[in-house]
Amino acid sequence: MGETVIQGKIWVLTDSRGSLIEDIDTDQIYHNAHLHITDIAQMGPFALGNLEGWKDFPKKCGAGDILVAGRNFGAGSSRQQAVDCFVALKVGAILAPSFSAIYFRNAVNSGFPVVRGLSLETWVSQGKLRTGDTVRLNVVSGEARNVGRGLPLEVAPMSRVQLDIYEAGDLFKYGKALA
Amino acid sequence: MGRTVIEKIIAAHTRDEVRPGRIVWMDLDVRTARDFGGPNVVKNYEREYDDAPPADARKTFFTFDLCAPACTIKSADNQQACRDFARKHGIEVYDVDRGIGSHVLIEEGLARPGTTVVGTDSHMNILGAVGCFGQGMGDVDVAFGFKTGKTWFEVPATVKVVLKGRPAPRADAKDLTLFLCRELGTKKIALAAAEFYGEAVRRLDFAGRITFCSMVTEMAGIIGFIPEAVQGAEIQADPDAEYTDIVELDVSELPPQVALPPSPNTVKDLAAVKGLRVDSGFIGSCTNGRTEDFARALEILEGHKVRKSVMLKVVPATRKVYEDLIGKGILQALFECGAIILNPGCGGCAEGHAGLTGKGEVEISTGNRNFPGKQGLGQVYLASPAVVAASCIRGEVAGPEDV
Repeated sequence: MGETVIQGKIWVLTDSRGSLIEDIDTDQIYHNAHLHITDIAQMGPFALGNLEGWKDFPKKCGAGDILVAGRNFGAGSSRQQAVDCFVALKVGAILAPSFSAIYFRNAVNSGFPVVRGLSLETWVSQGKLRTGDTVRLNVVSGEARNVGRGLPLEVAPMSRVQLDIYEAGDLFKYGKALA
Repeated sequence: MGRTVIEKIIAAHTRDEVRPGRIVWMDLDVRTARDFGGPNVVKNYEREYDDAPPADARKTFFTFDLCAPACTIKSADNQQACRDFARKHGIEVYDVDRGIGSHVLIEEGLARPGTTVVGTDSHMNILGAVGCFGQGMGDVDVAFGFKTGKTWFEVPATVKVVLKGRPAPRADAKDLTLFLCRELGTKKIALAAAEFYGEAVRRLDFAGRITFCSMVTEMAGIIGFIPEAVQGAEIQADPDAEYTDIVELDVSELPPQVALPPSPNTVKDLAAVKGLRVDSGFIGSCTNGRTEDFARALEILEGHKVRKSVMLKVVPATRKVYEDLIGKGILQALFECGAIILNPGCGGCAEGHAGLTGKGEVEISTGNRNFPGKQGLGQVYLASPAVVAASCIRGEVAGPEDV
C-alpha cells in the first residue's frame, strides 16, 4: 500500500543554533504522560510535545509533510506511540541519518516510511535543506531530490523486509500474506 | 567462520542464514507485554486476529510494572483490558504486585541463557546479563509475536569492548556503566551487539551485571553480553568470531561517575558536580533495584539521616527483592534513615508513579534515563546507589567519602 515515491514539504528539526538535533528520545517525541492513550487518532496533538522549540509542531504540520531529524532519532523507550503520533498527523515520511533500533522497527512494522539520509548533516549545515523546501524521494531506488532548489540528495533504499512490509501495508498484513 | 554470542543465539532460533546484516525469522521463546504497550498489543491482536488463540499461551505473559497499582482510571482500564484478554486465552499475568517485568522473568526462570525473549520494554536487553537475547519491541511487533511466536530480525554486527585495568576497589557497577555511556556515546556500539571482556566486568555479581547490561540501550546498542561471567558454551563466542570493531577502554582507578542532564551520555567524574544542591533522591529502577543496591545505599546511610530538605524515594525492583529487603532488615533501616519506601515496579523512572520532579528541582537518581522532561520539569542526575545515598545525607551531590 505504501507509495514508492514520496513528495512533501519538509520540517528540519534543528536547534537554536541551526544544527540538526541528534538523539531525540521518545519522551521528547511522545511524552509518557500520554501513554494511556490507545486510539491512534488521538495521538497527533502530542507529537514532539516535549521537544524544546517544536512543541507547536502538530499545529504547523500538514498532511504529507516530511520530517528531517538528526541521527539516532527515536532513542529511548519502545513506545509505538512515538511512531503512531506521526501516523495520526499523516506525516509523509521521516528522514534521518539513523534511527534507534526499536524506533526503526516500530515504524517499519506500521508501514510508516522511515528513510536514512546519507549526508543530511552536511546538507542542513550548508543550507541545502531548509524547512519549507519540498523533497521528493524514491524509497526503492534511493533517488531523492530537493525539488525547489533542484539539488540531488542521497538516501538509502528500503531493505527488502522493510519494503515488503511497507508494500503490504503493515506487519500484520505482510504476515497474513505469508501464511 | 566462528560466531559471536548474538549470532549463536539467533542461529539456534532460525533456519535462515545468520550473518550480520541478514534478516532472519527468529523463534521467540518468551513474548511479553507490560501494562505499558500491553493494551495496544491487545487492541492490535483483537483487530487482526479476533478470538484466535496465540501461538502458545504458555510462552506468553503480561507483566504489569509501569503504573502499579494503577494510579489513573485510564491505566486501570488498560490493565483490566489486558487481564480480560489473558483470562480468555489462558495467559499468565504477573500483576501489579510483582514488580519490574524483566526482573520477574529472570526470577521465574523464564529468561534463561541462550533463549530469546521480547517485551514492550526498551530495557528488555537487560537480559543479556544472564546470557539471554532480550529485546524491547513496540506493540505491533509484540502482538505479532503473541500470535506467531516469531519475529523478523536483522542480525546485528558485534563490537568487542575490552575493559583494561582494575577500577578503584569500591567502584560501583554503575560507575563502570556510566563510564561506558560516556566513552561509547550513542555511536560506537550503535545498532550492534556488544560483548564486554576484562577483569572489571568478569568480577561483577548478578546485580552488577544487571546494572551494566541495562544501559546498553542508552548507548544505542542492541544488547550487551558478558560472556566471561556466565556459564554455557551456547553463550560464548567462538575464538574466530568476527567483530566489526574492537574498542579498548582503560578503567584503572575509575572514580565515581555522574550523568548530567540532558542525557545519560553526558557523563563526568563525580568531582566535577560535587556540591550541587539536591532536592530529591531515587534508588531503584531496572538498573539499580536489586538487594545489593539497597544494601550498598544503607552502608552509606547507616548512622545518618536523609537531610530534612531532601526526599529519598526507594523502589525495590520486584516483590522478591522487597521480601528479601524486609528479611534482611534493610527496608526498616532505610525507613529509619528517612527514606520513603514505595512498592516494587518502574516507579521513579516511568510515569511518575513514585513522584515527579518540579521545575527547578534537582534529583539524583540511580535510574537510567534523564532525558528532558521524562521525570518532570526538574533536572535529573544519574549515579550509583552509594552516590545517591551520600548526596541525600549532605543535601548536595557528594560521594561516600564526604559523609
